[in-house]
Amino acid sequence: MSTVSFVLTRILRYVFLGLVLGFFAIPLLWLATAPFDRTPKITTSMPDFALDNFRTLMDNPYALGSLLNSVYLAGGTAILVVVLAALAAYALSRVRVPGRDALLYGLLLLSSIVTGTATMVPLFELAFRLNLIDSRLGVILILSGGLLPAAIFILKDFMDSTPTSYEESARVFGAGPLRIMWQIVTPVVRPGLATVAVWAVANVWGNFLVPFLLLRSPDKAPAAVIMYTLYTEGGQANLALLSTFSLLYSLPVVLMFVFVSTRYGFRFHGGIKR
Amino acid sequence: MVQLTSRPDEAAPRAYADQRAPSGTAADAAGLGRTRAAGFVAPSLLLILLFLVLPAAWTIYLGVTNYRLTGLAAAHPEIVGIDNYTNALGDGRFHTSLWLTLQFVLGSAVIGQAGLGFAIAWSLRERRGPMRRIVEAFVLLAWILPSSVVAFLWIALLDRDGGTLNALLQTPGTAWLLDHPMACIIVFNTWRGTAFSMMLYSAALDNVPPSHLETARLAGANTWQQLRDVVFPLIRGHVLTNLLLISLWTFNDFTPFLITAGGPEQRSEILAVYVYKVALSGGQLGFGSAISFLMLLINLVIALIYLRLLGRRNRAGRGLRGEEA
Repeated sequence: MSTVSFVLTRILRYVFLGLVLGFFAIPLLWLATAPFDRTPKITTSMPDFALDNFRTLMDNPYALGSLLNSVYLAGGTAILVVVLAALAAYALSRVRVPGRDALLYGLLLLSSIVTGTATMVPLFELAFRLNLIDSRLGVILILSGGLLPAAIFILKDFMDSTPTSYEESARVFGAGPLRIMWQIVTPVVRPGLATVAVWAVANVWGNFLVPFLLLRSPDKAPAAVIMYTLYTEGGQANLALLSTFSLLYSLPVVLMFVFVSTRYGFRFHGGIKR
Repeated sequence: MVQLTSRPDEAAPRAYADQRAPSGTAADAAGLGRTRAAGFVAPSLLLILLFLVLPAAWTIYLGVTNYRLTGLAAAHPEIVGIDNYTNALGDGRFHTSLWLTLQFVLGSAVIGQAGLGFAIAWSLRERRGPMRRIVEAFVLLAWILPSSVVAFLWIALLDRDGGTLNALLQTPGTAWLLDHPMACIIVFNTWRGTAFSMMLYSAALDNVPPSHLETARLAGANTWQQLRDVVFPLIRGHVLTNLLLISLWTFNDFTPFLITAGGPEQRSEILAVYVYKVALSGGQLGFGSAISFLMLLINLVIALIYLRLLGRRNRAGRGLRGEEA
């Protein structure tokens, strides 16, 4: 009896896992086959191998430029967030400011409820008044504002757990605060800075809503928005272009993920992403 | 210790956890001083105030005006009091949208992501091998790819004429996105977000001592009884955290717009899409702000419940450790 139920449980488990695998893998297969198919179709099928599709990327006026725009937005935001959050986290970690914990706590709460979706109207309004419509800098600033509270929080944790003795010695030898920050604190908390940077890049790379709302001219739009226009704008969708572009646009995220998970293990003691 | 660091932007759990650290590092080792410290914090604070606090506050102001994107009301918006709110609360389209959002959150987050995530974590527990790695890799891949890419992958999958789903099910010509738009985005969002629940639950299940399960099994408990009497009481905190976070994220998710754009005939118009259409496509900024404000309130309620629960758990945790010490 017990062997029968044991075998049954095993079979059930494998059937279930097989179904799960199918459910998650089937939508993704197209991304792996279509870009290499001589005649890409909407149906997933074994590709008749060819690399011609990648040539369409050159022909489209916005495809490659939009990837550069994504790099610019993600890089700009990551740098801004890392630098500003490191400064703030350091100061908050080392200097006792009254109400510090309440402030951090309040900002975190705010950043988790004030999402782009719920505040798209005032964000749009604000960008309009500050003359930030159709400005990539505007997108960077708005995204940074949303990411900063959590970034400060993560970095403050890192800074709290580093010893202060080096800083004290450096100070004895006459180093100023910025120099101490740059030459002593930064190397020690480098893993924290890397975490925040990767997290910010992943966040901005996939973000659709903010650039979609704020950027008007297609030559400034990042890949997220161009991807959307490629399949919504009238006429027959160009599947050669769509498939190769999707692949190219997804690749950095996948590589970053593989890098992080092989190096640090993608478990829940240091999850990345959004 | 709460090892639920979760996604860093939801690091709120550690807002409390933070107090564990004796914040005595505040010895000001670098000789920063209050003024310079304020200077270090100022740029961050400015950006946060400008692009996070101000929009939230502005929502309230815009919500009581008749502000529009174009026309007379754009130049001289007037205060219309709570008209926008009463209009919204009496609007049939708003009611429908709210109801669809509820279906979306319950169906795709609470039942779909949490249920499937737990089931996967449970079947993969104590397993290390290629099977586990492959399943986890695909589930995670669905989560990390950019939303506009996965949106198109689903449009292709569900396509009426050449969609892979119709080919697999031998149902040519079924227009899934037109006939069942809500079901489509619910299944889509389950697919998209299960990874988070799966990882959270597998971390939680790692903390369930195998000996407890073994004892229950020897006492003749079946799987369901083991889950109910041994596993669930131990991971209850994780379950609550998970449900609240994924509800919050799903409630604010804009990705369905990329697949159905709310259509056909507003049959998949969840609140996020509704606000976009009313305020930014339709130009009624005042009315849209009133809806936004209602959304912010709902977010606030979910977040407050979440933080309360965490606070209680951490206090309980601290109490326990205090006794041990």
